[in-house]
Amino acid sequence: MKVLVAVKRVVDYNVKVRVKADNSGVDLANVKMSMNPFCEIAVEEAVRLKEKGVATEIVVVSIGPTTAQEQLRTALALGADRAILVESADELTSLAVAKLLKAVVDKEQPQLVILGKQAIDSDNNQTGQMLAALSGYAQGTFASKVEVSGDSVNVTREIDAGAQTVSLKLPAIVTTDLRLNEPRYASLPNIMKAKKKPLETLTPDALGVSTSSTNKTLKVEAPAARSAGIKVKSVAELVEKLKNEAKVI
Amino acid sequence: MTILVIAEHENGAIAPATLNTVAAAAKIGGDIHVLVAGQNVAAVGEAAAKIAGVAKVLVADNAAYAHQLPENVAPLVGELAAGYSHVLAAATSNGKNILPRVAAQLDVDQISEIISVESADTFKRPIYAGNAIATVQSSAAVKVITVRATGFDAVAAEGGSATVETVAAAHDAGKSSFVNEELAKSDRPELTAAKIVVSGGRGMQNGDNFKHLYALADKLGAAVGASRAAVDAGFVPNDMQVGQTGKIVAPQLYIAVGISGAIQHLAGMKDSKVIVAINKDEEAPIFQVADYGLVADLFEAVPELEKLV
Repeated sequence: MKVLVAVKRVVDYNVKVRVKADNSGVDLANVKMSMNPFCEIAVEEAVRLKEKGVATEIVVVSIGPTTAQEQLRTALALGADRAILVESADELTSLAVAKLLKAVVDKEQPQLVILGKQAIDSDNNQTGQMLAALSGYAQGTFASKVEVSGDSVNVTREIDAGAQTVSLKLPAIVTTDLRLNEPRYASLPNIMKAKKKPLETLTPDALGVSTSSTNKTLKVEAPAARSAGIKVKSVAELVEKLKNEAKVI
Repeated sequence: MTILVIAEHENGAIAPATLNTVAAAAKIGGDIHVLVAGQNVAAVGEAAAKIAGVAKVLVADNAAYAHQLPENVAPLVGELAAGYSHVLAAATSNGKNILPRVAAQLDVDQISEIISVESADTFKRPIYAGNAIATVQSSAAVKVITVRATGFDAVAAEGGSATVETVAAAHDAGKSSFVNEELAKSDRPELTAAKIVVSGGRGMQNGDNFKHLYALADKLGAAVGASRAAVDAGFVPNDMQVGQTGKIVAPQLYIAVGISGAIQHLAGMKDSKVIVAINKDEEAPIFQVADYGLVADLFEAVPELEKLV
């Protein structure tokens, strides 16, 4: 079966971002960008499904600026067969991305779509669920285990109180949680080979999708800073401070 | 304006996060209705009717809504939502699972994990693991929002007297089914609602050593959390993880033991009132957010702390 994986180009997770002085957003100029960590897990899961003989073709798709090609090449080096870039310079909301992905799903007709559970920049945790709604497919969010058997997929999900397993009819949408797998690294020969794999570029207009939004970001601020703390010398001093100064125990 | 709040419930009881969500709805202003969807939830409906500030409770009792499968619950919420100005759910694993599906059905953008209400259409929410706060305005006819529980003080669970109405609509998409559930058992307070949280990280070295934290937690009446490193190493189960991708907590006192303080962990606890860090590495980033830091070997400091509190 064909598996579609969505990946997002985001600021690297180790970067401590800075808010712009004019409060229009965070400063992403000259900041290291990478594939969203949850998307790496999604690519890895697809590649493992292919290695098990479950998946026959992996198509990886990203929606974003021209530079998102780097993340698509990374996914190709990890084992995806071909890539699609839906090029848009605008900052898109989860709904707009879900609509664009729906158009790609209509075109490619995958049996399984794997996304990350959330992007570490917007922290929305929406796109997979929205794509599931738009396509009318079942959803297995926050997956820590995925088992395809016949025309259904069993997904074990991380929920607040533990784990839950659901059975979904294919085609279905899965979003990955941290513990689904440990993504591999791309080897140099595979990085070289990935340069020759096909990468198709589309636009929202070509897909006939409007990316207008009902949300508007008015400003972005730095969070309130915590006042500097103190270092205590002993456990006894710590307990004394907690009891008499902070009054929390 | 009338606001629909999706009740979070488990084992026949209203989950605490619902009370924080109703508090957010009260800040928006307007009549507050609560939807209880599930199977055999009549008692939950009665409990919801007692929540302070709730005007009406809608009970959708149907086998299709058992286990809150989003394929079935989202169409129900989407259908009801048409008559409301706002639809709110707690940013729990359930709320996050269902609500974006509802938003897409209504063709509106969702606002995730709000931490404050600026006005009926403007909200604040953290982005970039809490390193920036965005103010977002929605022009949607129905505003679909998940609420971060730690951003709002819970309303009283008693004192209200809402009318209870039955919703007959049954939606069964037939695309998904529940297989099983493995829930972690704990006698300690629930992590997201605890007044004191004691968390351990990689520095705990193994799962057995968490007994030191359990002993301290029991003495303080605290919940026990963990960093991703401790969960990935298999010391403790996933549902104990505090951070950007785990649980968000804001207790009165957070004690971080053997936790370095990575950005992703801080995202889950830096709104705690008082933060204590116990770490033997005095350069650990956790000391930059700690009100009280103790540079010490945790295997000496934690048992001593347990004795003294």
